[in-house]
Amino acid sequence: MRYLPLTKDEQQEMLASLGLEKIEDLFQDIPAEAMFQGDLDVPGPLSEAELVRHFRELAGKNKDATQLVSFLGAGAYDHLIPSIIKHIVGRGEFLTAYTPYQPEITQGVLQSIFEYQTMICELTGMEASNASMYDGASALAEACLMACAATKRELVILPATLHPEWQAVVRTYLENQDVSIVFMPQHAETGTVDLDRLADLPWAEAACVVVQQPNFFGLLEDVAALKARIHEAKGLLVMAVDPISLSLLKSPGELGADIVVGDGQSLGQAMGYGGPAFGFFATTDKLIRRMPGRVVGETVDAEGKRAFVLTLQTREQHIRREKATSNICSNQALNALAATIYLSVLGKQGFRDVGYQCLQKASYMKQRLLEIPGLSSPFSAPTFREFAVRGQVDWVEINKRLLDHGFLGGLPLARFGHPDLVLFSVTEARTKQEIDDFVSTLRGLIQ
Amino acid sequence: MSEKLLYTKEHEWVLVKGNIVRIGISDYAQNELGDIVFVDLPSVGDWVEEGEGFCALESVKAVSDVYAPVSGKVVAVNEELEDSPELINESPLDKGWIVEIEVEGTPQVGDLMSEQEYAEYLKGV
Repeated sequence: MRYLPLTKDEQQEMLASLGLEKIEDLFQDIPAEAMFQGDLDVPGPLSEAELVRHFRELAGKNKDATQLVSFLGAGAYDHLIPSIIKHIVGRGEFLTAYTPYQPEITQGVLQSIFEYQTMICELTGMEASNASMYDGASALAEACLMACAATKRELVILPATLHPEWQAVVRTYLENQDVSIVFMPQHAETGTVDLDRLADLPWAEAACVVVQQPNFFGLLEDVAALKARIHEAKGLLVMAVDPISLSLLKSPGELGADIVVGDGQSLGQAMGYGGPAFGFFATTDKLIRRMPGRVVGETVDAEGKRAFVLTLQTREQHIRREKATSNICSNQALNALAATIYLSVLGKQGFRDVGYQCLQKASYMKQRLLEIPGLSSPFSAPTFREFAVRGQVDWVEINKRLLDHGFLGGLPLARFGHPDLVLFSVTEARTKQEIDDFVSTLRGLIQ
Repeated sequence: MSEKLLYTKEHEWVLVKGNIVRIGISDYAQNELGDIVFVDLPSVGDWVEEGEGFCALESVKAVSDVYAPVSGKVVAVNEELEDSPELINESPLDKGWIVEIEVEGTPQVGDLMSEQEYAEYLKGV
């Protein structure tokens, strides 16, 4: 973008052509009593050096997972990020590349997206993936809309155990599209979807049933039971999955999912105070033309050499206009690239190790925490990397005091209607020492 | 058989058999669209309104809607098009038929063009 200077002379010239003398004359229609008098209470200009110092001071007030030992999760996780990712992602060819409309000049970016799609398919056990979505929650909302279009139905069944913020995003997407939402209740004891209370739900009208795996409380849902119900009623099974959990769990493809979405933050993305990360979206060959977003395909050029192009674009709004499958016309290419590098660097075994360590460390910490008098486990279903703990404690206040000890505590679930619950997350990045120190600090604060 | 065909201004053809109306696209339309790679068929049992785009044809050039010349219920779809959309290019008036719609009462097709009228109409497009 060009820099357009504005000199005093130019101002005068413009004012003269308007028949005015000074800038204030432009506002003469505003009554004097409505005009602000005096100087605005904002600080004066700073020199470059002063400005840098000022912002450093402000930034220094932030505390993040590089300075604190974090047990916070609920959607953004403190996983280890190999440093090679930032070096490759930071290359100009990737960092400055614009959306790859012209395959002739964007083979590198197109190939990186193609590799990403291949990995998402392998991870989810699905047949087709798009080039990525904005985030997991909006990917889920798009999955619901896709299910409605594919089944010509206008109702979706969501689990009460879905992340409350994802519920809010889905509601935002669906409420003006005449799609209704029905919830499956949570079982008080297991903490997962109450399978004994499914009979009364409107399965025959449902475009899809959504399962979040693991659910908001970190618990593993019984997918098979829900799959049987929805497929019997000719609706679709939509799974919202944590990609790290797929290192150990049976893939959604094997479980019979029709659409699989998730948030990619845990795949080599910095938490960055909440973003940006990316969402992933995968489906079956049968439903590929209903899928939102861009897709990169492999083909051959005029000389028969392997080449990559954006494909199946007739689903998209620049061609299909108001009948497009979605109004998403972009993707999170750089974040998806980071995930691709992450998965490549770890390899199959390394990725499995990440999942295994999350499971083991979370399970160890859960066991240690439950030894503290006054704390108990609210739910009986198995957990993976996150788990809730019950205690008649002011968890918000406890978290403030944990900060003084260098710990980022779990998420107090009071604002989601569970005043005595807190949700902890333990990734492979935590050491046994950190876990032990945290448990003894928390024990001290509670007693 | 082609003499009984009637045509719409949107280049669909219509074949009336009692209260059943079979619909496809004209040879001119398939030629304009180019190679058809996908047909997004409606479902049997769907209700379509006259003038509504009830089916989408995806060609290598574009996606085009097929508009319903009558209102009624879809009673048959050409399922062969799911795997062989090229039938519309190869045999637009016969094997490339798209749907059959059942109308209530007698089909109102008085506004549609005969083959000769359509041929005249094409000279003007």
